[in-house]
Amino acid sequence: MNRKILAVLLAVAMVVCMFSFVACGNNENKGDNGDEGKKDEKVEVKVGFIFLHDENSTYDKNFMDAAKAACETMGVEYAQKTQIPESVKCYDAAVELIEVDGCNVIFADSFGHESFLIQAAEEYKDVEFCHATGTQAHTAGLDNFHNAFASIYEGRFLAGVAAGMKLNEMIDAGEIKAEEAKMGYVGAFTFAEVISGYTSFYLGAKSVCPSVTMDVKFTGSWYDEQLEKEAAQALINGGCVLISQHADSMGAPTACETEGVPNVSYNGSTVAACPNTFIVSSRINWAPYFEHMIDCVENGKAIEADWTGTISTESVLLTDVNEKVAAKGTVEKIEEVKKALLDGSLHVFDTATFTVGGETLTSYKADVDTDEKFTPDTEVIEDGIFYESKHRSAPYFDVRIDGITLLDEAY
Amino acid sequence: MTTKQTVKSHREPLFHVAKRDDMAWWQAWLIRAVTIILSVVAVGVISMMLTEKSLFETFEIMYRGVFGRIETGSTVMLWKYLQEIAILLCLALALTPAFKMKFWNCGAEGQALMGGFAAMICMIELGGKVPDGALIAIIAVASMLTGALWGLVPAVFKAYFNTNETLFTLMMNYIATQIIAYYVYIKGGGSNIIQPVTHGNLPVIGTNRYLVNILIVAVLTVIMFVYLKYSKHGYEINVVGESQNTARYIGINVKKVIIRTMIISGAVCGIAGMLLVAGTDHTINTKTVGGQGFTAIMISWLGQFNPFIMVIMTAIVIFLRLGTAKVADTCLLNASFADIAVGIVILCVVGCEFFIRYTFKFRHKKKEETV
Repeated sequence: MNRKILAVLLAVAMVVCMFSFVACGNNENKGDNGDEGKKDEKVEVKVGFIFLHDENSTYDKNFMDAAKAACETMGVEYAQKTQIPESVKCYDAAVELIEVDGCNVIFADSFGHESFLIQAAEEYKDVEFCHATGTQAHTAGLDNFHNAFASIYEGRFLAGVAAGMKLNEMIDAGEIKAEEAKMGYVGAFTFAEVISGYTSFYLGAKSVCPSVTMDVKFTGSWYDEQLEKEAAQALINGGCVLISQHADSMGAPTACETEGVPNVSYNGSTVAACPNTFIVSSRINWAPYFEHMIDCVENGKAIEADWTGTISTESVLLTDVNEKVAAKGTVEKIEEVKKALLDGSLHVFDTATFTVGGETLTSYKADVDTDEKFTPDTEVIEDGIFYESKHRSAPYFDVRIDGITLLDEAY
Repeated sequence: MTTKQTVKSHREPLFHVAKRDDMAWWQAWLIRAVTIILSVVAVGVISMMLTEKSLFETFEIMYRGVFGRIETGSTVMLWKYLQEIAILLCLALALTPAFKMKFWNCGAEGQALMGGFAAMICMIELGGKVPDGALIAIIAVASMLTGALWGLVPAVFKAYFNTNETLFTLMMNYIATQIIAYYVYIKGGGSNIIQPVTHGNLPVIGTNRYLVNILIVAVLTVIMFVYLKYSKHGYEINVVGESQNTARYIGINVKKVIIRTMIISGAVCGIAGMLLVAGTDHTINTKTVGGQGFTAIMISWLGQFNPFIMVIMTAIVIFLRLGTAKVADTCLLNASFADIAVGIVILCVVGCEFFIRYTFKFRHKKKEETV
């Protein structure tokens, strides 16, 4: 009997060994950062980051890279929790980062984390809570809860300029007629962040190519490679000659590369995978905010309820232009427009540049203060300009302007 | 008992597998215990290799990830641990009567989601209109009924048309997920998030937001144990599971048992959904159950369909999940590491079950003694 038991144990041990080799082989190169997050009593600030997914999502990777860079620049320690869903698990993660890892600043990266972060903020008054993309800080009445976003619409406007230049080049080369200059846009959901994004992109293109129109398709998901690919494909089949997207997978860029259709990307360069179609990409750089947040806590300054990063804070970045695909003079043109945006002579949502139902917009109330019924509550047009991200950091531009056709509104 | 050995040939294989039932219960449990310990150590060793930390440090991180700084009197992490156990255990408890009947209910995910869905609708539509106490009662009934309905449909088809319940319940999960996705779209106002609702929340005992859930599941565990072991229903479930023909012969209405058991299974899943939505999250999305409905299948199996053993198994699996997630986060590994670790342990335990139930017989060995 003893021999049998021994045999069983040996067999189990063998299985374990086999799997340890498999697991080891797959992850070998990931173990070189083992010292992060070690306990050290001397640091004043320790940041705890809560991420919705992990580095496989371009959205979260953008935050993770910035977190690492900012904490290294500022010389502070940090801890992180990945794969945290938008549920009470976000609250749990915040509590764990505070109680176990000793963090005194907590940052969460997903819109749905907000309410659960607020719960934690109410309980831990001496800890600062910062949240990307959220909308409730200016009405929550908590000193230790803050929202942040960036004026990514400016980045998209610049990317739109590059797209417009490309369309002009195609028109000049006789590949398409001026009225065939139709772009396609793959969006996630029909809500302000996405609407603000595709509209600014469109207005950027329109500023150099007046005849441009745009079709938009929604996937109903922030990350669904197959759906995004299919949406891009459908747009191309529908006559779109240039594609951009606001979703987090490689779906749309890959479809463009296969079809040979130029693509303006998001969240970072996709030039490695799409060398023949990638033009340029805009993204939010979160490092400036993280540094600001750390600096405030280190020096006992209050963090703003809403913080909006801009081109001048280097929160809104464009990647290098892919000269192989982009039209001639794109780089110079982008620089020129960027200067105009910076000195205030150009505004992305200038009501003179677009119409709604054929008419110029003179007044618009947006849903700035979050409530259950999404009631419009704040006048956002002043002096003929729709001021995005002025009354709170998260976008609230949700106007359907002329020239853009929504092919589906299921989401 | 096997009879394979009665046929003799010149080309007998090198070894063959035969069923064994000569192992004492304590030997079987000793093997299981040793397997679990060894596999947990193996997970520790793998963590160690990936992170360049010592085995001791790895286990310390795992311990911190589960219990936090409990030595300083901070119990928040412990309560979270118990909460995670409660939810997974509740789902496993729900599956157990169906499994005992050999009805492979793979639909705990969907049944729990639908239970949570019912709770969410009540909270949103009735919140503020009826007193919270009454609302909670309505939520409890609605959740159980909806969960039960999601279990009932495949049961009826199984009982009357002999459809494959595994596929059927799996498909019901997708329907549930899509219903939730659509509901969240309607109520989320484009942002695809339903903000937490303050009405109809399960009461918080003292300052502990998880205690109610834990108590409810503790009571459920005892009830389920008694139900399966001592009730007439439990006996009928056993007989149907062993042989439907036998059940029919002794006058058990098999169709009725299948349907009744699946209603119970679905209703308990509904309770799990309610605990998640009304108890802790106060909102819902397609990830609310988070795949635990599938983990629960393993828990029920590993626990030999015995609720009390399932408690231990859940505690081990959750310990590993939280602990290895902490290792992954602390050492900047990918979060999937937690899944790998749990997978390793489950695989080892399933592997050891094989050796407990079967034995290898080698050709050159003398004929086994009869048992």
